Amino acid sequence: MSEMSCVLVDQLEHSYGDRVALCGVSFKIQRGSIFGFVGPNGGGKTTLFNVLCTLLPVQSGTVESLGFRLDRECTEYRRNIGVTFQAPSLDRRLTVRENLIHQGHLYGLRGKSLDRQATQLLERFGVADRSANIVETLSGGLKRRVELAKCLLHRPRLLLLDEPSTGLDPGARRELWQCLEELRARDSVTVVVTTHLMEEAERCDELILLDQGSIAAEGTPSVLREGISGESVTVVSERPEELRAQLVSELGLEFSRSGETLTMRSSDGHKVLRDIVERFSAEIRSISVDKPTLEDVFMEKTGRRMSDEVTVD
Amino acid sequence: MSSPTSRPDDSVTVVVPRPWLGVWTLCRREITRFLRQRSRFIGALAQPLLFWVLFGAGLHGSFQAPEWAPSGMSYQEYFFPGIAILILMFTAIFSSISVIEDRHEGFLQGVLVSPVSKSALVMGKLAGGTALAVGQAILFLGVGFGLSRFGLAPGMNLDISFLNGIGLFLFLCLVAFSLSAMGFVIAWRLDSVQGFHAIMSVVLMPMWLVSGAFFPGGGSTVLDWVIRLNPLTYGVAGVRRLLYSDSFGMMDGEVAGLPGMSVCVGVSVLFGAVCFAGAVHQARQVSRAKGSSSRQSTPDSKSAERSR
Repeated sequence: MSEMSCVLVDQLEHSYGDRVALCGVSFKIQRGSIFGFVGPNGGGKTTLFNVLCTLLPVQSGTVESLGFRLDRECTEYRRNIGVTFQAPSLDRRLTVRENLIHQGHLYGLRGKSLDRQATQLLERFGVADRSANIVETLSGGLKRRVELAKCLLHRPRLLLLDEPSTGLDPGARRELWQCLEELRARDSVTVVVTTHLMEEAERCDELILLDQGSIAAEGTPSVLREGISGESVTVVSERPEELRAQLVSELGLEFSRSGETLTMRSSDGHKVLRDIVERFSAEIRSISVDKPTLEDVFMEKTGRRMSDEVTVD
Repeated sequence: MSSPTSRPDDSVTVVVPRPWLGVWTLCRREITRFLRQRSRFIGALAQPLLFWVLFGAGLHGSFQAPEWAPSGMSYQEYFFPGIAILILMFTAIFSSISVIEDRHEGFLQGVLVSPVSKSALVMGKLAGGTALAVGQAILFLGVGFGLSRFGLAPGMNLDISFLNGIGLFLFLCLVAFSLSAMGFVIAWRLDSVQGFHAIMSVVLMPMWLVSGAFFPGGGSTVLDWVIRLNPLTYGVAGVRRLLYSDSFGMMDGEVAGLPGMSVCVGVSVLFGAVCFAGAVHQARQVSRAKGSSSRQSTPDSKSAERSR
């Protein structure tokens, strides 16, 4: 095991008919890391995910994962990965345990060892007492846990999760991430997640920002943030448009407005803050200076906000 | 080939390929799901039973027994094998269309990324449908036979030995399997169950109506040809022959207006093989090239809505 990479993607392209979803994407994923595909919906992250989990074929370029070439050794590769999709792939009419047993069979496990493995995982994820319940009756958070247990049955080395926090409340979301971090630490599983949520992106060890089918930026969250200069100043006001005009005419500061919120980036945020507070303390409701976020990184690299829906036709 | 990414340790992953286990587990799942939905069970059995009783009573007067039938055959008796085929059709096909539901619920995606081959996936789904359909059909045949024995339905001259009973069972399996496969071929590409219902009423019900299940041919030449070209005709005729296999020479081949038993088996095998091949072919194709943008964007946009 000379190198520590787990996934190598080189010049991957993918299109649906005329619509290009991925145009020459290359990156690699370290073994034992939590890696994020981050970007707006339509940016190409789901396509990339579907190629990596073998739902879509490799059209052009090469993908090597866990030492398998995806275009040639698909079946072998599938035995070594665990996949969860946005919609839980559980059969909601079966019980929790039945779901796990069927899944085990699909992966060639059976008998006592499968039983033991299922029980262990259900206990580990705190759903052992639910094993006889029909999946339909579980909450979203519990379903996610069952789903995680289900896709870990065959001890995959690589775990792929598409928008794992879809439909989860903040508590369940936190729990999910604790699980993922524990998995990586305890079983040295490599985890790949796709997300369009910044707080999730922040928890990844490394990530790629995908926009319109290409990688706009890549690296660890902190390196990405440090890569852009200055701080962001946010002002909230009851009369944002008037304030914005005054800020331009009196201080020469160009803010951009969205709703009641004005934002700008400055190399010296604290000076800007002082100036504004001195002159306009009556007009503002709140003002803050923040270190740049990944959202700012995305803005800087693509000129768009992450939450803007991109439709590529 | 030296690979830069390291393969998993063999000592860690001990997963043996067992294709039959995949087939078995998918088949079991179909049956479990079916038994949990009482309404499906009742719908697939009670409705045809009601059809049989009501149509049988209503059309009794206008029915003219075909040439091959023993004198005094009631319409209900004529209709009996037809209803068994209707039950096979309903159950087998409703079982296959659950593949649409599987896709929507995400279960199918889970199977598609598992090491189970496409042919095992199809086989499991069809085996489940076949088992359910045959089970229901036999239940109906038993109930119908019982009703006529106890005088609750007109008497029937059914005559079948134990050995031919096994033959009947196998033949029912064959027909049910073909119908499941046909349902699978139709359902795989469809996005909604609604679309399937349209096909059901335009293609499947007429197919049953002109199979000799509901009325014998002999009305017009065109109709006779339609009946002759319909693969289901041979399913109905086969069941008919087997039910009377031990009386009035039904197995001898020369019964006017009914195709011979070997023809029935031959056509049914061919039909089943074609449908099965079509189903496997389709499952493989779509897994290789699935990517209709509409299907992709739906979950994406849904999740976007939720996050707002």
